[in-house]
Amino acid sequence: MSTAQETIGPQAASKARLSLEERRRASTVRTAYTYIAPAAVVMVIITFFPLFYQLWISFTNFSNLNLRSSSLLGQMLGSFIPSLAETYNSPSLVGLENYWRIVSNELAQILSGFDFWRILLFNVVWTIINVFFHVSIGIAVALLLNVQGLWFKRFYRALYILPWAMPGLVMAMVWKNMFDDQTGSVNMLLRLLGHPGNIRWLQQIDPPIRFLPLFPLSFYVVLITNIWLGWPFMMTVATGALQGIPHELYEAASMDGASRWQRFWTITLPLLRPAMVPAIMIGTMMTFNQFNVIYFVSGGGPLHQTEILVTQAFRLVNETTINLAGVGNVRPYGIAAAFAYIVFVVLAIITLITNRISRATEAYYE
Amino acid sequence: MNRETLPLRSQLLYQLLCLLILLIVLFPLLWVFAIALDPRDIARPTSLIPPGASLQAFAKVLQKPTPNPVNFAELARNSLLLAGGVSLFSVVLGTSAAYAFSRFRFPGRQVGMLAFVIVLMLPNVATLAALFVMLNLLIGPQLRNSIVGVGIAMTAASLPFAIWNMKGFIDTIPRDLEEAAHIDGASLNQTFIRIILPLAVPGLAVTALWGFLGGWTEFALSWQFISNPRWFTLAMALYGMQGQYASNTPWSQFAAMSILVSIPAVLIFFALQRYIVSGLTVGGVKG
Repeated sequence: MSTAQETIGPQAASKARLSLEERRRASTVRTAYTYIAPAAVVMVIITFFPLFYQLWISFTNFSNLNLRSSSLLGQMLGSFIPSLAETYNSPSLVGLENYWRIVSNELAQILSGFDFWRILLFNVVWTIINVFFHVSIGIAVALLLNVQGLWFKRFYRALYILPWAMPGLVMAMVWKNMFDDQTGSVNMLLRLLGHPGNIRWLQQIDPPIRFLPLFPLSFYVVLITNIWLGWPFMMTVATGALQGIPHELYEAASMDGASRWQRFWTITLPLLRPAMVPAIMIGTMMTFNQFNVIYFVSGGGPLHQTEILVTQAFRLVNETTINLAGVGNVRPYGIAAAFAYIVFVVLAIITLITNRISRATEAYYE
Repeated sequence: MNRETLPLRSQLLYQLLCLLILLIVLFPLLWVFAIALDPRDIARPTSLIPPGASLQAFAKVLQKPTPNPVNFAELARNSLLLAGGVSLFSVVLGTSAAYAFSRFRFPGRQVGMLAFVIVLMLPNVATLAALFVMLNLLIGPQLRNSIVGVGIAMTAASLPFAIWNMKGFIDTIPRDLEEAAHIDGASLNQTFIRIILPLAVPGLAVTALWGFLGGWTEFALSWQFISNPRWFTLAMALYGMQGQYASNTPWSQFAAMSILVSIPAVLIFFALQRYIVSGLTVGGVKG
């Protein structure tokens, strides 16, 4: 009897404790939802719904003629139910036509100079070259400023980050002005050095290096501009990481007779990596989507040769009109939406790749 | 390491290198100042260093920066409203969501995290067509063609970043304090307001000002949404000044405007430099 009671007692107690625990957890979950709700509601309305809405647009021939409608949902339904189409001014479904027009370059017939695969290739190559220069210059300058006993270190460090501190939009426009063939300071500088100073940096169509037809002269201009803008970020990250490397490591290596070069490859670089990898990921994304430099400096020109995906996406919404038979010139929002979706997929793939790379390095060090 | 000073020869060599880099860094900035101060205010500067200096260009820009009937103060007010509004909105909503993501385990957490990480990498151009069409239908072309429309579209892009950044920051705040407060009988709301928020002030400041800097020079959305000069922003006016043909641009005024637009951004950046760097790298590691 007494033993039975003893066994029941703790059970009942644990049951009571469990329900208390449960109640506490339920209230925590409620709190969590309450804190998330405002952001979630806003994001569902202005981030996730547009993504879904854009998918529908990309399967239709939506144009500026469809911008007026008494109901957003009615308009969507109208493209599926013909009897509603008239009432809600619905566009018609065109299936995958918009996507096909982009990836097959059929769009070039109505949009001169459009070449999706060239843009994609250019965008990838542009990113790789830029990030390479950002990282190597950033690390090199960080090392220079880390030299023991160098005068005015703090002064240089403070001024070197100016390109990063200045608004990218403003500096892009300033660089465009500097490379202007008539009023720009670069040609003026060349004239001071005895060169005729008449280079048409942004307009020349022939590539300066014949066997690199992917790169017109304006590519080198946007490259210089973006290198100028991008290296201080890498320098700052590298400087922080360098200061965390203990001096004893170098002393030990020196005693073992390691040369300066060997010390760089075996100590400095491996210890910089954990800090540099996330910075390189951020840098890759920012360069891949570097709207300001391309749009304001070269304008994607000449002949769309320096266009990247985001500038093309913007142009399709903002500047492009196509001539539809029997309708006239319209803004092709359907095509723009399909293009944006393709960009979305490309970005997702790049994120996956960079994530995998960074995870691989993480595993390597932990 | 060796405590003795650098040999003079290497010191001079390094100094030369440093000065060369400094020259490359400063050249575009010196050029902007040179043309801004050019008293001739000409469309075609002919020398790297203008003869004399004057502040005429600044005066002109403050009075009438563009051919449109809008002055500098109005442009600055629009930019301030846009940048400030978007920044405030995304920090308030973002911090509250970040707290939940950082501190609670609840059904749907994984899905929610994944969802906002996916949209995090989207440039704001990626949903431009949809937002433009949608806002035309939902709030009407009138309101879409104003700071309100652009503000809504910009919040869509800045909120995921705010959540991500704040979550990264709150993750670094040790839990001991909250647990102690909990034992003392504090509710979750009290812990959030009394403990998390005060400790998260640096994170809040960086997220807010980072959002502000983004809004201050936002271009693509405003250019697509706004055609009414009353709502033009500084970034739009600056682009408008440069125009299509370089030879017609009043370069001195353009340069003066560039300087005026940059000053607040540079000041904010330098004030927060330390936090910006650590914030970005911490967030990067946490993913």
